[in-house]
Amino acid sequence: MPDYTLRLRRYSPETGASAYWEEFQVEMDGHRSVLDGILKAKDDQDGSIGIRCSCRAAICGSCGVRINGRPGLACHMHLEEAQSRSADGAVITVEPMGNMPVIRDLITDMDAVHWKKIRRVTPWLLPEGPPPEREYIVPKESMVDVTQSMACIQCGACVSDCLSMEVDPDFIGPAALAKAYRFVGDPRDGRQRQRLEDLTEDPHGIYDCTHCFNCIEACPKGVAPMSQIMRLRRIAGADHHLNDRNNGHRHEQAFVSLVKQSGLLHEAELLPRSYGGDSWFGKFAPKAGLELVDSLPVILRAVMRRKVTPAGALVGHKIDGHQELHRIFDTIENRDERFELNLYIVQPDEEAPQGDGASADGDDSASGGAVQGSPSSSSPERSPNPS
Amino acid sequence: MKVAYWPGCVSRGFTPELHGSMAKVAPLLDIELVELDRASCCGAGVIAEHNQELADTLNARTFALAQQVEGAELMMNICSTCQGAQSECQQRLDANAEYRDMVNETLAPDGLAYEKGITNKHLLWLMVEEIGLDVIASKVTRPLTDLRVGPFYGCYIVRPTDRVGITREHPRDSYLDQLIEALGGTVVDYAGSHKCCGFPIITMNKEASLKQAARHLGDAIDNDADCLVTPCPLCHLNLDLQQPLAARYGGRDLGLPVLHLPQLIGLAFGLDPKELGFSKHVVKPTSVIDWSTSVVAAVGHDDAAAVSTT
Repeated sequence: MPDYTLRLRRYSPETGASAYWEEFQVEMDGHRSVLDGILKAKDDQDGSIGIRCSCRAAICGSCGVRINGRPGLACHMHLEEAQSRSADGAVITVEPMGNMPVIRDLITDMDAVHWKKIRRVTPWLLPEGPPPEREYIVPKESMVDVTQSMACIQCGACVSDCLSMEVDPDFIGPAALAKAYRFVGDPRDGRQRQRLEDLTEDPHGIYDCTHCFNCIEACPKGVAPMSQIMRLRRIAGADHHLNDRNNGHRHEQAFVSLVKQSGLLHEAELLPRSYGGDSWFGKFAPKAGLELVDSLPVILRAVMRRKVTPAGALVGHKIDGHQELHRIFDTIENRDERFELNLYIVQPDEEAPQGDGASADGDDSASGGAVQGSPSSSSPERSPNPS
Repeated sequence: MKVAYWPGCVSRGFTPELHGSMAKVAPLLDIELVELDRASCCGAGVIAEHNQELADTLNARTFALAQQVEGAELMMNICSTCQGAQSECQQRLDANAEYRDMVNETLAPDGLAYEKGITNKHLLWLMVEEIGLDVIASKVTRPLTDLRVGPFYGCYIVRPTDRVGITREHPRDSYLDQLIEALGGTVVDYAGSHKCCGFPIITMNKEASLKQAARHLGDAIDNDADCLVTPCPLCHLNLDLQQPLAARYGGRDLGLPVLHLPQLIGLAFGLDPKELGFSKHVVKPTSVIDWSTSVVAAVGHDDAAAVSTT
């Protein structure tokens, strides 16, 4: 049987010593998991190795670690696969997850960060009115919509590598916001608006996500937390018109209307409108003025270097035939229902080879996750479009 | 090769030096650019956040326009954000015929239709996969010897790996490193190379946004980089345009020049730094070029660190 080298991050706070790396050789079949390797090292060589684990079958979410610098479940990665993905093709490095304090070796303090954030979003159903005599009756499609966020096993892999949380530890974060969508999207919940008001007004809420895709990449279950955050924003903005203090909704509105007007983004207009409101007069709002003053050192330099010309900043640029866009915007925005194709729920048509630019499965299609059968699985999902 | 060229918004807005340098470099790479002047903004994920079908339809329109360009082998981007946002839309459009029909119905009055399976590549991918690093290396007239370059990939062309087509055969998440080496430069390894510049939340949480930029710039400086190079103009906005503010939020001196991908290639191909738009940068590229002789020179690191952002 082949030999694998595991390079583990060791740390025991009670010793007062700093963390260090230690290598262990294990002789095992390549199809065994990294977790099996660590447990073998623990059994045969050093019983003090700390790792949290339970089911060993990628369903309990206990053994979240970073393997070769990437977050995931130790039980969900074969030794041979981990070895081939390692920096030098030989030594598999395993370290505790990021963004959370380390209790010991590979064990992170999930309570201090992950669970605290989950509790932050009121993770239970808040129905309105008296409960029905028997069960709640809801349309099947609306529950299918939340299955993706329900697939979360609370392993913390997305929290580990959230780049916004790296600089803003108060950010509610991907796992908790995916959980929030699980209830916002649930038709039985009566507090959709209040939940969204809370999440949009919080300076560390849904508008703190940078679209970095790290959580989509990290999730072993295809939950795509970032996609759930975008759904929260869509419902908060388009359905509830929540005009938050973080400029999130104004930014989105200004972006959309500027592209509708000219076909391209007009940065010099977008920025003040995000602060002051989506109209030409937005730039004269006090908030936009304050922002202008704050950014003055940057603006002056950009003008000095002729990066931005005052005329260009005022007029912006337009594409040829931008009038065509008006019709497209009007057609789609005036639909009775807003369309959303979620490839986690609707499976791709056929396994035809794609162009080089994209492959047939991605975040939403969730290669690892269970796809719940949907009766309307070939048609895009519909949600009400009140605008 | 002839390509349907989508320059994006920012390369014609706040980073005009990107669009300009691309135009200078293209003939040297034997790329014929047919600009998609009727195409619209990709939405950068924001339009999708507002209405997914709208974003998909706008990008299907761009793809349809690209497919009409006669003799074009593929569609090319010079903006990672465009590439990522368009790949996401393409994934949905290509996955479901019924959805594609619905989108094409909206486009039909203008005589446009998207046909499944367009090849849409960022300049970086095109250079490595279509032109080839050996060909690029053979065109280098001014090797970037002594220049220590930190690759800044950003998010949109490296994640999610399956959507952006990163495989063992196409390790697109290391192309920037390979390209820097092909141009004769030295790759600087630093923590932030594949992280987020923070730009998407600049209007929502300026502090968190610029702290991210400052952290990555600082990491690169601490690893003795002379400059960064990025395939994304939005990253460039946070890393260069906003760098004086990033220094304030990050609480340290920065002053690290940030180059656009075509600028780095142009330098190695012997083009004049002025032609490549280096004078338009907020952070003067003093550690990269010497204005008087136009020769690439990595000045002593101590000097580089002392260059203020003014």
